[in-house]
Amino acid sequence: MTDKIVIAELTKGTINPSTAELVAAAQAMGGNVTVVVPCTDASMANQVASYDGVSKVIAVKSDVFAGNDSSGWASALDGAMPQGTVLFLATSRSKDVASRLASRRGLSVVQDVVSIEGNNLTSPIYSGKANQTVTVNGDAVVSVRANVFSGVGSGSSNDVSVVDASGDVKTAVQEIMQRASARLDVSEANIIISGGRGMGSPANFTHLEAVADTIGAAVGASRAAVDTWEEIPHSMQVGQTGKTVNPNLYIAVGISGAIQHLAGMRSSKYIVAINKDADAPIFQHADYGIVATWEETLPVFQDALSNLLG
Amino acid sequence: MNRFSLADTIEMSTIVVLVKQVPDTNAKIAVQGGRVDLSTVKMEMSPYDGFAIETALRHKEATGGTVTALTVGAAGTEKILKDAKAMGVDNIVRVWDDAWSELDSNALQSVLKESIESLGAHAVYCGKSAADTGAGSTGPGLAERLGWANASNIINAEFGDAVTVSMPVEAGVAKISVPLPAVISCDKGDFKPRKANVKGIMMAKKAKVELLTANAPASSVVVAHHSMPAAKPAGKTYEGGSSASEVVQLLRDEANVL
Repeated sequence: MTDKIVIAELTKGTINPSTAELVAAAQAMGGNVTVVVPCTDASMANQVASYDGVSKVIAVKSDVFAGNDSSGWASALDGAMPQGTVLFLATSRSKDVASRLASRRGLSVVQDVVSIEGNNLTSPIYSGKANQTVTVNGDAVVSVRANVFSGVGSGSSNDVSVVDASGDVKTAVQEIMQRASARLDVSEANIIISGGRGMGSPANFTHLEAVADTIGAAVGASRAAVDTWEEIPHSMQVGQTGKTVNPNLYIAVGISGAIQHLAGMRSSKYIVAINKDADAPIFQHADYGIVATWEETLPVFQDALSNLLG
Repeated sequence: MNRFSLADTIEMSTIVVLVKQVPDTNAKIAVQGGRVDLSTVKMEMSPYDGFAIETALRHKEATGGTVTALTVGAAGTEKILKDAKAMGVDNIVRVWDDAWSELDSNALQSVLKESIESLGAHAVYCGKSAADTGAGSTGPGLAERLGWANASNIINAEFGDAVTVSMPVEAGVAKISVPLPAVISCDKGDFKPRKANVKGIMMAKKAKVELLTANAPASSVVVAHHSMPAAKPAGKTYEGGSSASEVVQLLRDEANVL
């Protein structure tokens, strides 16, 4: 039983709560669990020091963790942590660092794990059209999807050791163009409302944005919408050639439900579909389907949400 | 004064683009006997690889050099190399050993590292992830093995002594200078893959696929089985827009997500 090393996930400079899910995933694989906190300030590790089921916490302190260079992240972590099977949260940056760390250690990497039975790890393939279970012999580097495991509780007081590390940074940031809108990205939202070609025009996406603002949702789009309208950027695209998402609630408006799109959102906990075509494939995957035009549905939907949440 | 000509002192860029064959992303996937059954599914180049080819060709057009498309796969994967050739790459290479079956990421990246080194590449482009596993491990993993810089999920690039890429980061979009040699993985961005023209397609038909092989370490991660995702129980369907208020109430009371 090899030791398991959980890399705490940083989101905007704080510990992402899904880190507790990673500890639970590590326990499912078996062995002692060490949590490694990449940080610029060791006090950040205090947040995970109370996690249950952890045998050790290591705060790895380095300037590289303030930046985005995955080589810097991987080299700083590699030098500061023990051998064992390593678990990351399956975010865009962490999957990158996971791949690099695996290479440094001559290990294989298994990404986007959604189920663990000992050494058998299951990940979606073809964006969720099927699942693949692999058997891992020896150590590996693993990334685990958020919202799949229930996080461990807290109440313990684990010792925190601090290691100063330096990383090998290879790239140089020239400038960062701040995101123009404060709107959430679909990959980090708990609720997503997406529009398809049935919205009729890109201007009509403002109706989706209004609902999104009421419930704190991100706005997504189908590939058909992105391909048809220049104004709808690819960063909004949900599907096999866009982003794979698993929010608590996914609202599909004017989306027929092409296989491509279904692949990217079918693992959402609850799905609402609004479409005027009763035969649209999306209804077969919806928990709640509304057969109607978006023009007659969204105002009612919006009012009901405002009444409920306002 | 030295008497070399300028051409001797400037090394032409050798650019490699990695491509992978995957099932058509519009195809249904079935599982038979614990394995995905692809016997009736059309195979194609992974969609993001088209963006990688386009970026590689623009790199060559900006700095000179050659573009080589490379895949790891059995003989059946040569069609995607011909597709790359039709788009305008100079050379096409297939890496394979009949002793290989499934390569885990460690084995695959070892094979790629050896192949890239034998081709003498200065820049490697690939798609941000392949449409089969969606893992996105190859670009950053290969960069680390080569000891090169890398950038992932780029949406624009400018080419010079270094490649200046635009990539999404937490705060927005960062412009990042990536020194060469480097491995760069491409998202769907500002560069639309060019369509093959008739001349390109004719040249691709005649083009010869160069074969390479390499050493692959034993795989420690092996596929145990495939399965279909659990089917969802049938949902509730309502007629007419006025039902939206009832659905909102159910999202609160039954689904507990509002």
